[in-house]
Amino acid sequence: MTLMVPAVNVAALKDTTLLNMGIFALFVAVTMVIVFRASRNNKTAADYYAAGRSFTGSQNGTAIAGDYLSAASFLGITGAIAINGYDGFMYSIGFLVAWLVALLLVAELLRNTGKFTMADVLSFRLKQRPVRIAAAISTLAVCFFYLLAQMAGAGSLISLLLGISDWGGQALVIIVVGVLMIMYVLIGGMKGTTWVQIIKAMLLIAGAAVMTFWVLAIYGFNLSDLLGGAAETAKNPAVLNPGLQYGKSDTSKLDFMSLGLALVLGTAALPHVLMRFYTVPTAKDARKSVVWSIWLIGIFYLFTLVLGYGAAALVGADTIKSAPGGVNSAAPLLAFHLGGPLLLGFISAVAFATILAVVAGLTITAAASFAHDIYANVLAKGKADADTEVKVARRTVVVIGLLAIAGGIFANGQNVAFLVALAFAVAASANLPTILYSLFWRRFTTQGALWSMYGGLSAAIILIALSPVVSGAKTSMIPGANFAVFPLSNPGIVSIPLAFFLGWLGTVLDKRKEDVTKQAEMEVRSLTGVGAEKATNH
Amino acid sequence: MGHDAQETDAAAAVDFKEVQSTEQFKELRKRHRSFVFPMSIAFLLWYFAYVLLADYAVEFMSTKVWGNINIGLLLGLLQFVSTFAITGWYVSYSNRKLDPIASEIRHGIEGHEFDKHGNPVGGAAK
Repeated sequence: MTLMVPAVNVAALKDTTLLNMGIFALFVAVTMVIVFRASRNNKTAADYYAAGRSFTGSQNGTAIAGDYLSAASFLGITGAIAINGYDGFMYSIGFLVAWLVALLLVAELLRNTGKFTMADVLSFRLKQRPVRIAAAISTLAVCFFYLLAQMAGAGSLISLLLGISDWGGQALVIIVVGVLMIMYVLIGGMKGTTWVQIIKAMLLIAGAAVMTFWVLAIYGFNLSDLLGGAAETAKNPAVLNPGLQYGKSDTSKLDFMSLGLALVLGTAALPHVLMRFYTVPTAKDARKSVVWSIWLIGIFYLFTLVLGYGAAALVGADTIKSAPGGVNSAAPLLAFHLGGPLLLGFISAVAFATILAVVAGLTITAAASFAHDIYANVLAKGKADADTEVKVARRTVVVIGLLAIAGGIFANGQNVAFLVALAFAVAASANLPTILYSLFWRRFTTQGALWSMYGGLSAAIILIALSPVVSGAKTSMIPGANFAVFPLSNPGIVSIPLAFFLGWLGTVLDKRKEDVTKQAEMEVRSLTGVGAEKATNH
Repeated sequence: MGHDAQETDAAAAVDFKEVQSTEQFKELRKRHRSFVFPMSIAFLLWYFAYVLLADYAVEFMSTKVWGNINIGLLLGLLQFVSTFAITGWYVSYSNRKLDPIASEIRHGIEGHEFDKHGNPVGGAAK
């Protein structure tokens, strides 16, 4: 068996640091040039937030895939499958099936009703100020959780590449990532980040395809043999069966359900994904982009199955767990095993770019939400001119960048896919009920929206704070303390139904009726696309 | 109302309540909902059935079918297949049943308006 599985020498990684960094620096330089060129046409708010609505369906679909295939998908899922076997596969399936909610119920209707942000749609026929503020707060919260995950991924990856395992060194790495990201967003706006997403999505999918092909070739293109190899290296045939991670007790089984619920309902409520539907000229293009991204994402997740079991078979769970970067280092270690420092350098640069691009996408969403929803529409009461709004957005980018850096240093070391699943739970609880109700339920009122958004958001966040994620377990963020009174690590199974219930209750108890004319307008606009802002020509 | 840019567009003066009450619009809404609602329920049920099986029927899911490939893996891969299939089905349904009627209504509302750049508004290419 030792013959079949030559050990990956983690210490040897340090010798290739220069090469890794060289490939990475090249990528950054090339994308910076693209961002700079793309940004020369950023004139209006629609340019900055929605890239002038000038992207085609397939370009935007690739960018959506780039946004969605974050460090969680590549590093997190590969690691989860490598360590926990079948239970890690659940992430791939949940993350993919979730797109059907976005495709069937949300994408096109949203494109037809809004302009820049999620709040545009939610506040369309309800009272502007309170709903906008609530939507902006939940957007900021979801983006923050998502950013934590990406930053944790960056920390893992670089600590592996540079062999940095001390806290200060990893913190420095996270600061560098944060500063780079702020520069991308400040210079490029939505158009620049969209181009970065497109390039990165293609490189990521190509890199994963090469590795998948390689792993399959080692096993004679026989999936069964690969699975057998994984079971043999793990010395545990149960890696091929469900339940290795979540089958231990009734509580953990419930946790699995909760994760499944959060994954499938989260995607259609992620503000940075919703905002991508505005970068295309029509609803038909929004549909095309979702279809395109479903194909890219689906194929990529099939790759992760092979990569995860490949890492389990060729690298081994014990080596992965003890490497700097821990569970998130499965994919880079597999690359090192297959193609040595060169492939590792390429894959790491792609993974790093992935994090950078996703962080940029999240930051611009959060900045747009603050500048457009809170500043322009609430503080300035709709009287701010577009220039000031973009200026506020740019300043927000800097603030959010700094917050993300601080949070990332804190969340360092957690599995990235798991952290992203928390963001999904927060999004599904805070946003999805209100999105669906306001699109499909005529009677839905402002009170219902506010109860659902604030109720769902606070339930999700309070339950996470009181869960084993934060305290009471060896792997917690604060391992020393124990205030984990909520036993599940994902809050979805409680907070999502609660948010739907509160939306209903708030509406039926509301004595105020909403404007039926606005409801008619929203329904007609959402289904026909009448009056939706077209692409701007330059 | 915050929709400043939209209120200056071609659809600003439209009586949306009237459009909403037309038979044509009702038909569009019916066609849309009669597809997306049952389909959403169906794929969510299928997904949760899969999650429940993986969670509580471990032995069944671990049954080997061929070599090391078990029922759990096959059902998981079937989730991919069904997702791709529903996506394709929805696209063909919208192209055939939703888009023509939606653009008809849109043209009816927008009439022969032109946008800022002098292009016909809502001229969705077939």
